[in-house]
Amino acid sequence: MARITASVYTSHIPAVGAAFDLGKTHEPYWQKVFSGYEFSKQWEKEHKPDVILLVYNDHATAFSLSMIPTFAIMTGPEFYPADEGYGRRPVPPVIGHPELASHIASEVIQKDFDLTMVNEIDVDHGLTVPLSCMFGAVDAWPCKIIPFAVNVVQHPVPSGQRCFNLGKAIREAIESYPEDLNVQIWGTGGMSHQLQGPRAGLINSEWDNKFLDELIADPAALARMPNIDYVREAGSEGIELVMWLIARGAMADVAGGPPPKVAHRFYHVPASNTAVGHLILENAA
Amino acid sequence: MALDKEFKEIPGTIVFDADQSRKGYWLNQFCMSLMKADNRARFKADERAYLDEWKMTEEQKQAVIARDLNRMMALGGNIYFLSKIGATDGKSFQQMAGSMTGMSEEDYRAMMIGGGRSIEGNRRVGEHGDAQRPESHANEDK
Repeated sequence: MARITASVYTSHIPAVGAAFDLGKTHEPYWQKVFSGYEFSKQWEKEHKPDVILLVYNDHATAFSLSMIPTFAIMTGPEFYPADEGYGRRPVPPVIGHPELASHIASEVIQKDFDLTMVNEIDVDHGLTVPLSCMFGAVDAWPCKIIPFAVNVVQHPVPSGQRCFNLGKAIREAIESYPEDLNVQIWGTGGMSHQLQGPRAGLINSEWDNKFLDELIADPAALARMPNIDYVREAGSEGIELVMWLIARGAMADVAGGPPPKVAHRFYHVPASNTAVGHLILENAA
Repeated sequence: MALDKEFKEIPGTIVFDADQSRKGYWLNQFCMSLMKADNRARFKADERAYLDEWKMTEEQKQAVIARDLNRMMALGGNIYFLSKIGATDGKSFQQMAGSMTGMSEEDYRAMMIGGGRSIEGNRRVGEHGDAQRPESHANEDK
């Protein structure tokens, strides 16, 4: 049977991708950011997954205002890095897992979560920057990846509670898949940042760290936080953090299992306009 | 159920909801068109002529030509869409975000390195934080 072995949480800041692509990772400014992922790259080598379900948001790249799916699962075989206006990132294509993706869609739709299924889409920095952070420069990503997009651009965006509940349903779906697969689920985006208006540049380290504490120790309580609190306390783009609750909801303890092990925790300000947060939680073997 | 009015009571912030989305529909869709190199070239060659191909208001077109991001936001723009204009101009996200604060690029960068803008006084309209500039037109159309 397939099983979720771990969840990974990380920011997906575009400037981090640019620093990576332009070979600036050893500049002091960026070195502080990338130092937080040294452990993670080694950890991924030792815990190599077969498949990652990667929760991210599209930033007006593939989804314009012509269609705005709240939740979209990518059921196609492969996806290419998007040209977001600066040219395509020089990173490998993403190879999907259409069978597992379709199985997840089928299971969770029958549990009343209405997913949009997408077979052709270019993936933007929200998806490719976490891969670069966790795997470094590679010729091919070491596993299959199922992109899963959440609308956090036009409000109302799904609540933390909705995301947490969806994570629980995704866990049940994955664990009912007959093939033996080591699956990781990643939640990306955040942490505090605001990219617009006179309040641009907002960072709330105290709130971010409390969010990390609660995500680890009491995610069910964290899931009850209303969306207004994310926007007010963590900035208009800090709302991306609801996506972390999908990954957290898929961990074993939420379904009555033992608490996860905190394998790694990192927090740094700033990368460009944003607070970088990163966590790795392992399910007991 | 309408969006909680509290979203409109955050200073220096425009929450992109269905109303803003309707108002800014063609402004944002114009921005999307700049993801194609041919369109970027045509826009750069004659901005006014390119903008006139879109069902945007005159005010929106003027705001684009002036590169007034706060104005574009007030007129229904969303920052992820508007960033395509910045990309066309060769600007980073930090330069774009900083340009909306009234700070110089150097001052904004220094603020970020120093830990970013404080939340204190910037949670609700009427407090006394640095994002509550009355002269800002970011809140004009709320």
